[in-house]
Amino acid sequence: MSAGEIVLDVLAGICLLLGAFLAFSAGVGVLRFGHLLARMHAVTKPQVLGLILLMTGVALRLRSGPAVAVLALVVAFQLLTSPVAAHMVGRAGFRTGKVRPEDLDVDDLSDAPPTPPTPQPPTPPTPTPPPPR
Amino acid sequence: MNRRTSWGQWRGIVVLTATWVLLWGSLSPGVVLTGLLVALGVLWLFPLPDISRVATVRLWPLCVLVTRFATDLFVASFQVAWLAVRPGPTPRGGVVGVRLTSPSVAFEVATAELASLIPGSVVVEIRVQEQMLYLHVLDLAGSGGPDGVRASVLALERRILRAFAAKEGETA
Amino acid sequence: MSTVLGTVVVIAAVLLLAGAALAVVRIERGPSMLDRTIGLDVLTTTIVGAGALEAAWSRRAEMLPILVVLSLVGFVGSVVVARFAAVEPEGEALVRTPRALREDGDDDVDDAPAVEPRADREGADE
Repeated sequence: MSAGEIVLDVLAGICLLLGAFLAFSAGVGVLRFGHLLARMHAVTKPQVLGLILLMTGVALRLRSGPAVAVLALVVAFQLLTSPVAAHMVGRAGFRTGKVRPEDLDVDDLSDAPPTPPTPQPPTPPTPTPPPPR
Repeated sequence: MNRRTSWGQWRGIVVLTATWVLLWGSLSPGVVLTGLLVALGVLWLFPLPDISRVATVRLWPLCVLVTRFATDLFVASFQVAWLAVRPGPTPRGGVVGVRLTSPSVAFEVATAELASLIPGSVVVEIRVQEQMLYLHVLDLAGSGGPDGVRASVLALERRILRAFAAKEGETA
Repeated sequence: MSTVLGTVVVIAAVLLLAGAALAVVRIERGPSMLDRTIGLDVLTTTIVGAGALEAAWSRRAEMLPILVVLSLVGFVGSVVVARFAAVEPEGEALVRTPRALREDGDDDVDDAPAVEPRADREGADE
């Protein structure tokens, strides 16, 4: 094994360790943080960087063009989708009252004047229970 | 609906075809051809508004944006990781409203997307007509209070506008 | 060299496993459908990380397409739940363990008497 390969392996190991630590901290955050919006932070930031680092580690180990391209694709998808998913979940949580006011020190959104009403999606009809025999 | 092919759509076709080739992992003519067909189908089914008149790419500001984004993502990730792992109570957060300066929806969306990844915030609500962005901040005291959050988001928007806005006037 | 890298991979695997276990605890606790979605998102990404670890250890690329698919599936799941399942009727959260029902029992029982713990009902019948 040449010196260059050893250097690449060491870099890969560092990336894998840091990425795994960040993924672990995402798990800790999602369990420890007190309410929905705080948990969203654990999902977006450490998780995305953790995945980027893990993919970098894999790319440093595999060292082949197509593999690196596929790994870059995974990272690109994660960067594009993770904020969108976080925003969708956070917005749905806020609108359906999953966030209690006492969890927030500042709340500009609830203090803001309401926007003109947007058409709500029709609620699906609740299935009626079968009549008792 | 005007579906005239423009520069924006050509770029879309190139990006989609490149994604398709990457997914297949080989550059054979058949893969490129099917990729082109799929890209055309996607753009025909889900047409995007043409933003080539308001958007351009400036290389140096783009480098600044990307570098700053990478460092911010790095710092913010380890901050959140430390807040999660450290003993003691988790910090107090809040929802902060920011009024963006650009009237263009495309830049609002770009700012929202990047803002939810970097300076310790998640976008809770966007009101496009009022150009308002509502962010949840995890550690309000550590981010310099609501005004500090607003300043950093506006700085981020300014970097995005410098990199992509077509009109110089919009960068101010 | 390979032993050093082996140690690194084992440590990383343990960290990923711990993170996944914590996410599973969050999925079980809820309390809302959205909290469970977040937990699932973390779990999916951890699985992607585990696959990446395997690929890095064995230096084989077979795992990579699975990683691409998983990284997209997690997103679709989150968005679908946020869009269509966010509004839960009072007392009708989809997964209710008996323990959860006993813990925040009072108002739930008032709102929806039909979801009492099963043991109580059997006791009442006899």
